[in-house]
Amino acid sequence: MLNYIIKRLAIAVPTLLVLIIISFLLMHAAPGGPFTSERAVPPEVLANLEAKYGLNEPLYKQIATYVYNVVFHFDFGPSFVYKDRTVNEIIAQGFPITLKYGAIAFVLAVLIGVTLGVFAAIYHNSWLDYLAVGVSIGAQVLPNFVMAPILVLIFTLWLGWLPGGGWQGGQWQFLVMPVIALATSYMASIARITRSSMLEVLNSNHIRTATAKGLPTHTVILRHALKPAMLPVISYLGPTFVSMITGSVVIDMYFSTGGIGLWFVNSALNRDYSVMMGITILIGVLTISFNLLVDLLYAWIDPRIRY
Amino acid sequence: MALLDVQGLSVSFRTNDGIVNAVNDVSLSVEAGHTLAIVGESGSGKSQMAFAMLGLLARNGYATGSVRFDGAEILNAPPKVMNTIRAAQIAMVFQDPMTSLNPYMRVSDQMAEVLVHHKGLSHADAVQEAVRMLDAVKIPEAKARIRYHPHEFSGGMRQRVMIAMSLLCKPKLLIADEPTTALDVTVQAQIMSLFGDLQKEFGMAVILITHDLGVVAGFCEEVLVLYGGQVMEQGPTDPIFYDPSHPYTRGLLKAIPRVDQGDLELKTIPGSPPNMMMAPKGCPFEPRCDFSGEDCTQALSPLTEFAPGRLRACNRMVEELA
Repeated sequence: MLNYIIKRLAIAVPTLLVLIIISFLLMHAAPGGPFTSERAVPPEVLANLEAKYGLNEPLYKQIATYVYNVVFHFDFGPSFVYKDRTVNEIIAQGFPITLKYGAIAFVLAVLIGVTLGVFAAIYHNSWLDYLAVGVSIGAQVLPNFVMAPILVLIFTLWLGWLPGGGWQGGQWQFLVMPVIALATSYMASIARITRSSMLEVLNSNHIRTATAKGLPTHTVILRHALKPAMLPVISYLGPTFVSMITGSVVIDMYFSTGGIGLWFVNSALNRDYSVMMGITILIGVLTISFNLLVDLLYAWIDPRIRY
Repeated sequence: MALLDVQGLSVSFRTNDGIVNAVNDVSLSVEAGHTLAIVGESGSGKSQMAFAMLGLLARNGYATGSVRFDGAEILNAPPKVMNTIRAAQIAMVFQDPMTSLNPYMRVSDQMAEVLVHHKGLSHADAVQEAVRMLDAVKIPEAKARIRYHPHEFSGGMRQRVMIAMSLLCKPKLLIADEPTTALDVTVQAQIMSLFGDLQKEFGMAVILITHDLGVVAGFCEEVLVLYGGQVMEQGPTDPIFYDPSHPYTRGLLKAIPRVDQGDLELKTIPGSPPNMMMAPKGCPFEPRCDFSGEDCTQALSPLTEFAPGRLRACNRMVEELA
């Protein structure tokens, strides 16, 4: 097991390197650059700027310098657009925000989604099942860019209960709407995956055996059915957790939360190379870590899986 | 009073294409400590009969009729009542030991929970009792192996685990649903002889569901031959084997290959079992029967006693079947 973890971590290094190189190349392949603006900059000035940021160097050298700084100094460089801030500062400021509302939304989506899915499966084809399926379809067809304005309309404009945006260190009033808007569609997906997986497990032979043992239904479900039914859910939750804690541009924009979701999209639009790379690497590292965690959870649940 | 008394049991399934009648009006009884075989091809409804008795039918299935166990009606009894009977009074061994054990749990936990639930033993005591039962089904080094997960056992060993698990509460009736079908032939023989020993040792009644008449001969006192969800022939084992009274039973017996008689060609019953979606009005075996006539497509004579203890459902007289 330990060997496996070490091996996986070792594979992560070249994976990240490939991620960096491909993102770097794609980024530079896109037309324009960080200093392209509507007001044409004189060529001499542009050349100076590019020299200052090392953009006049050949690409391979730029990549090498970048990787060297990241690996040996943990320095993701300065922002190309916001001259007074470094990428490290931007991530240090924005990531805790998305981490907070993303993680809360994740826990909420898992709790409600799994519960809804399990009950829908147990009461298959009853009104409860139809209600659960209806709710999750409804939640799925309401993307967060629709959910967000609806929430603001109800809770801010009509009821006046919650502030329409802002963060204020993440006090609960400022968390409620971002969390709900982000969690809804994930919750729906989790409910649907749980339901179909639970239905399959409930029809399996070993559940019939458990029932034939005279165990009450809730024991059969909790002790025998839940664990195997969670396998497909868990493989969905790994990447989902990462995308939730790295935020959403819609949430950040709509509620002015200041998370890295908005930074990420803006950096791509502004060709803010270093910010874009920094957040890409952050997401890459998180994705690799959580995929590993999912694989370990699989082995923990299913004794037939051994590494 | 018989231990198990089944009267007019029918099992049906609601499907998108209509209602499928899997079992039609089957009656049987099993005395305490006795053995009955339910024989039939795949799809003849024999497993569903057993599931109906224990309330294990799929969600879209339902059963009518009467199942009395120890004098009490248990067909369609509420889960609370059934859960006091399942495993404690009537235990079941399923067909496929590969999938019928929970692959995610240790054998010790799967076995112990039965005793913890029904007998109120502590987990540790229950595991000890389970080890003893694994010894009884001749699993070597039971004490160590009980900590294994099911996938660490071979098929035959898994079925032994399954059998041990079913015997934990010393049930009065054991229903074995094709317990040897998924196993290879040498292991089949071992498991059946184990069944024989355990049946004597524990003095329980056994219903053996099988399509293998060879297995029945050495083990069961009574046989019920099922075809298309209907009883074709029913009675003591020996007369059925030596003097089958029904064309279907005869076909089944002829289909057993006899190597000792230089019989190298496999004799089969031509055709295939009826589609229960469109259950025939008359005798379900009519299309494959050598003796069928026009009347057989219209109606099937009810099950009648033609000799002491022997019942048959056929439009032809026994003498007519030359």
